[in-house]
Amino acid sequence: MSPSESVAKLHQKRLNHLQALEAESLYILREAVAEFARPVMLYSIGKDSSVMLRLAQKAFYPGKIPFPLLHIDTSYKFPEMISFRDNYAREIGADLLVHRNEAAIADGASPWKLGTQNCCGALKTRSLLDALEAGGFDAAFGGARRDEEKSRAKERVYSFRDASGQWDPKNQRPELWSLYNSRLRKGESIRVFPLSNWTELDIWLYLYAEQIPIVPLYYAAERLAVIRGGAITLVHEGMRLLPEEKPELMKVRMRSLGCVPCTGAIRSEAETLPEIIEELIGFRRSEREGRAIDHDEEGSMELKKREGYF
Amino acid sequence: MSVMTSTEASSREQGFRAFLDAHLEQEMLRFTTAGSVDDGKSTLIGRLLHDTKSVYEDQLASIRASRVNRSGGLVDLSLLTDGLKAEREQGITIDVAYRYFSTAKRKFIIADTPGHEQYTRNMATGASTADVAIVLIDARAFQRAGELLPQSRRHTYIASLLRIPHVVAAVNKMDLVGYSAEVFDAICAEFTALAGRLGLKSVEVIPVSALVGDNVVERSAVMNWYQGPTLLEYLETVPLTISEAAAGPLRFPVQLVVRPDGEFRGFAGRVERGEVRPGMRVKALPSGRVTTVKRIVTYDGELAAASFPLGVTLELEDEIDLSRGEMLVGETQIAPQVSAAFRAMVVWMHEQPLIAGRTYLAKHTTRTVRATVRRIRYRVDIQSAEHRESSQLEMNDIAEVEFDTNLPLFFDAYAENREMGALILIDAVTNATVGAAMILSAAAALEEHSTQTHDAAFVWLRGLSGDAAVLRESLRDRGSAAVLVDDPLIPENSLAGAVRALQLANVTSISARVELREETIAAVREAAGGACFESMDEATAWFEGRSSREETR
Repeated sequence: MSPSESVAKLHQKRLNHLQALEAESLYILREAVAEFARPVMLYSIGKDSSVMLRLAQKAFYPGKIPFPLLHIDTSYKFPEMISFRDNYAREIGADLLVHRNEAAIADGASPWKLGTQNCCGALKTRSLLDALEAGGFDAAFGGARRDEEKSRAKERVYSFRDASGQWDPKNQRPELWSLYNSRLRKGESIRVFPLSNWTELDIWLYLYAEQIPIVPLYYAAERLAVIRGGAITLVHEGMRLLPEEKPELMKVRMRSLGCVPCTGAIRSEAETLPEIIEELIGFRRSEREGRAIDHDEEGSMELKKREGYF
Repeated sequence: MSVMTSTEASSREQGFRAFLDAHLEQEMLRFTTAGSVDDGKSTLIGRLLHDTKSVYEDQLASIRASRVNRSGGLVDLSLLTDGLKAEREQGITIDVAYRYFSTAKRKFIIADTPGHEQYTRNMATGASTADVAIVLIDARAFQRAGELLPQSRRHTYIASLLRIPHVVAAVNKMDLVGYSAEVFDAICAEFTALAGRLGLKSVEVIPVSALVGDNVVERSAVMNWYQGPTLLEYLETVPLTISEAAAGPLRFPVQLVVRPDGEFRGFAGRVERGEVRPGMRVKALPSGRVTTVKRIVTYDGELAAASFPLGVTLELEDEIDLSRGEMLVGETQIAPQVSAAFRAMVVWMHEQPLIAGRTYLAKHTTRTVRATVRRIRYRVDIQSAEHRESSQLEMNDIAEVEFDTNLPLFFDAYAENREMGALILIDAVTNATVGAAMILSAAAALEEHSTQTHDAAFVWLRGLSGDAAVLRESLRDRGSAAVLVDDPLIPENSLAGAVRALQLANVTSISARVELREETIAAVREAAGGACFESMDEATAWFEGRSSREETR
């Protein structure tokens, strides 16, 4: 079956799981656009964002995506991500906003200087909250999935944030059927997660079935890297190599895209989507494991979320 | 690194295609688990995930290394699912968590809900989207008590209340009762009787040991007396109910109007029930206007048909007035109930009690209205399923309640269709979601609604909110229902829709808005069927005329 035939198979009466997931996501996107005054989509350039963007194109077709995309640029993103972002946004005619915490960047904020927790706090969390406030956005779509990490398993589709952008796991609204409560007071906001029920495998299958473009870093290639703290770190501009580190060419790919210093690569031969999916089926390690931020402390993702990180 | 020949590469590619085809055909099943703290629920879910190879190695390594092991087994599988830090420390789950796994046959979504007594609301939440409920029964506790524990009765009752299509009892801890067929049979008999009393249609009972792994994924080597499916076999084969929803009459609540340019005007929404096709005659509610579906538009091309739960955009043959919160239904099909009063089963979810006379926001499909509690008919004692009198509802109470709404709703009974019969209640001040309601039927309208014999009108008293209130009272005194439509919930572009809905319920709408756009005035005039007045005198004269005509008739 060719990809276009797979797409044609969507909308038959017997529903497969990708159709069911797609239908749910379209419903969520439309509800949020209908009920919030100023929604925005957080666009991370990653594979999940790519799926979310395609779903937004579908939800409002034949109209354009009726909200801007917001990228929080930490200045540590892979250059391939930035060029992909700019080209793709232009190609689909999306309105792209880029926000950087320039003060912190000028101050030399880095994971080496501040530690990953504080660096994320300044360049991602603070930056995101500032951008949302500056834009007056009352709802922000995010590509987080519940299968990513234990603390995300309890996340709502509509995740309520108080006036300071904080998440209180004890004070979330019960969510029944597909009746989402969008009521807000001034200053409060809601993070909307249309991909809540998608798994990593679902994302890859959908990327394949829909032929959605993704950043080339997801595909295996010979890349210059070092092993640091047990993780494969790509050699990048401005990187300070430790005395014992000898960069070498390795066939690697990224399983999830974050900042260059804190996102580990994995050894892989997968050069195409089918090969990535095949590899994934045999995979028994969760995708966030390569992210330094999750391992600082047990329960660290929960701490970060309470402060406003996605 | 080995180099593949082109034939090897293409056969590998074909192998993957076969895999992809199989995966694209996988269906999705949502289930919820109900059990109390000691029933072994987290262990059961951990076992399902572990034995279907859905646990990542790093996750398994982290729970092996964990200081906590409450299970009595080698590895505490319950740790796989215990999410937030505070809960992990307390050793209990206190909120709904969602888990995912898949087998060659299906993708599964688990709504893992705590079963502790004060958390009825969590189970109701998990149950609201579930196709299957797994009710955990502790075989050893049954053996000790000689009967089903109250918690098991409660869980089964909530499954029936939320109309989960299939209910399976997992009789757990069989290893602790010596895998006794007698104990299982006794539980089976009692559970089946309970399910019968509650009117459950699809029921299964399976003996398992989550700790050891019997009959969860792997068939038990010791319970040879049991011939039925393992829990996973059951979950992989139980029929899905989407075709039932597709077989009903069409219900298409409008989510939003898609209008990219002057040419195209489409109505985006999800087919909640039934099926829509191009050429089908449809009726818009509340206007009653009839038109034909021209095209079903999607990003992936036009469709020949669409049914629940697909999200599509409908283009209609005629320019009719239709907006969010309104609905398209099949012209010749059974119509939904249209009413501004209904009876519903309510699950109360907030510390602030529900009190008769209080007004909440009610969100039903894509429509949000104000709903006032007329009275609590009875509260359900969920231990005994008996009805009790009650003047207010506390958190986790379940009751039958009558509501009056400021605008009519278009609904089907929850028993017929979940999407068309469900609503949530929201506190208008704090915006908290305070309750869930499942509609039983329309209620008799209040007296002031039913005694009226004349038609309704729209009256615009520009800027005179005092006069508006006086007019409403004077109309009410003479037995005519009237409401003020200057609620912030009704923005100007929804005004005509609100007036039309009120007309349908024979209720006069009064506005004291300072300004209305030309097109709004035209739309409102049409909605009110020409009965549109801009002064108190004009309106009063019209009403006088109507009632004297009634008298002479």
